[in-house]
Amino acid sequence: MTPGGFPATFRRVRRIRDAIEDFGEMLFFALDTLRWAVRPPFRPELILVQMAAIGVGSVFIVTTTSFFTGVVLALQANYAMRQLGAEGYVGGSVAISLARELAPVLTALFVIGRSGSAISTEIGTMRVTEQIDAMETMAVNPVQYLVVPRLLASLAMFPLLTMVFDALGYAGAYLMGIYVARIPEGPFLEHTRTLVDPKDIFHGIFKSLIFGAVVAVITCWRGYSASGGSKGVGESTTRAVVASSIAILLVDVGFVLVTVGSGK
Amino acid sequence: MIRVVDLHKAFGANQVLRGIDLEVEKGTTCVILGGSGSGKTVLMKHVIGLLKPDRGTVFVNDVEMPKLEGLALTEARRMFGMVFQKSALFDSMTVLENVAFPLHEKDRSISGKELRRRVVEKLEVVDLAESILPRYPSELSGGMQKRVALARALIHDPPVVLYDEPTTGLDPITTEYVDDMIVGAKQRLGVTSMVISHDIASSFKVADKLAVLYDGQIAAQGTPEEVRRSQHPHVKKFLSLWFEKQ
Repeated sequence: MTPGGFPATFRRVRRIRDAIEDFGEMLFFALDTLRWAVRPPFRPELILVQMAAIGVGSVFIVTTTSFFTGVVLALQANYAMRQLGAEGYVGGSVAISLARELAPVLTALFVIGRSGSAISTEIGTMRVTEQIDAMETMAVNPVQYLVVPRLLASLAMFPLLTMVFDALGYAGAYLMGIYVARIPEGPFLEHTRTLVDPKDIFHGIFKSLIFGAVVAVITCWRGYSASGGSKGVGESTTRAVVASSIAILLVDVGFVLVTVGSGK
Repeated sequence: MIRVVDLHKAFGANQVLRGIDLEVEKGTTCVILGGSGSGKTVLMKHVIGLLKPDRGTVFVNDVEMPKLEGLALTEARRMFGMVFQKSALFDSMTVLENVAFPLHEKDRSISGKELRRRVVEKLEVVDLAESILPRYPSELSGGMQKRVALARALIHDPPVVLYDEPTTGLDPITTEYVDDMIVGAKQRLGVTSMVISHDIASSFKVADKLAVLYDGQIAAQGTPEEVRRSQHPHVKKFLSLWFEKQ
């Protein structure tokens, strides 16, 4: 053991212990949010405001990225399929990739960047400027007032944005496939119909629902537990974006292992 | 009105409160005076039920705060209005929305017109004009923010108002404004006030009763004159720093 080896080990152990504690606190926070979601008073106006912020506010980035994702996917798929003489399958392969995987995952990642960071910053600023304490002293539960509307809005908007991603991504692939790569329209559409099952689309939409919950809980928690002034808010926002992005990818792998891995 | 009995609180190995006994009569202003880290904020958080004591208790209007949980605690908090050190106004809301917030959350059936009338009424108490209603906190001076915060604390007519370091970081003129505001709220509305502060000049101006907190205990308490004559070494040292300047 090198000199100073013990303190370094203790520090590492303490960091792991702190991370586990933080994760546990976040789970209790999630349970608390669910508990407050079913208790009156209900505030539909706050949910609508958050749906506009998370959903409508993310429409531009989701429409832009989905269209170009479809365009690029179609061209890359065409490059690969042409070597096998299977260009007709480009539409179907792009559609199934979008529906099952790319639409929910990329939508979640883009919404984290745009709205997740905003959620964490807003709640974090309210925490360090005592606005959350003030709310509590006014007999208003901050979890119910701040977190519940963001969770419910995420649950509503993530699937909707994923559907937008699906539709525009396929539109981009269609335009590239038919008008640039000159794939015959008949096989392009026919193989889409035969390859893509409605359950593939529902698979992606269900996944986006889970992603919405994960992103809302992590970004709200990071803001809610922020401390240390503006520097602390900045750090909590960075942690919110990193943690929720990694969580999305981990949940996705878990989901795919459970469904595709078992042949469902 | 407020009765603190043998209050003890520790955070890990750090014993913050070591047996606080304090009474605040109805309609009076009690100032808890003390330096940084003396336990003032921890004491106030026990009064409003944000912290649970390790030993001892707090009664507010004969309600034992530490025994309350959940909805009962939420309801009990309606007895209080609180003015925070940095005002803690909601920066995404206008003055109207900020001041109306506790009232609207208490009774969501109150009409917008009635809310506005009540807000204007309370703004008059703190000498603010109706014209600031559509403004955001960032568009107000520090002194105006403090007065809006007091109007918000008073909107639901609470019997008790708590002030957390209300004059910290303010210039002398604004400090005087805030002192007058605290005295005015007591005189016009008859509220019971608890102020935590390390501003000796302001404390002597607004207090009916002063309690000097030192090392988690009350070193001296009584009227401002009685505290001024205290022989406790820390109190003498703490006050002499200011009185020598006068």
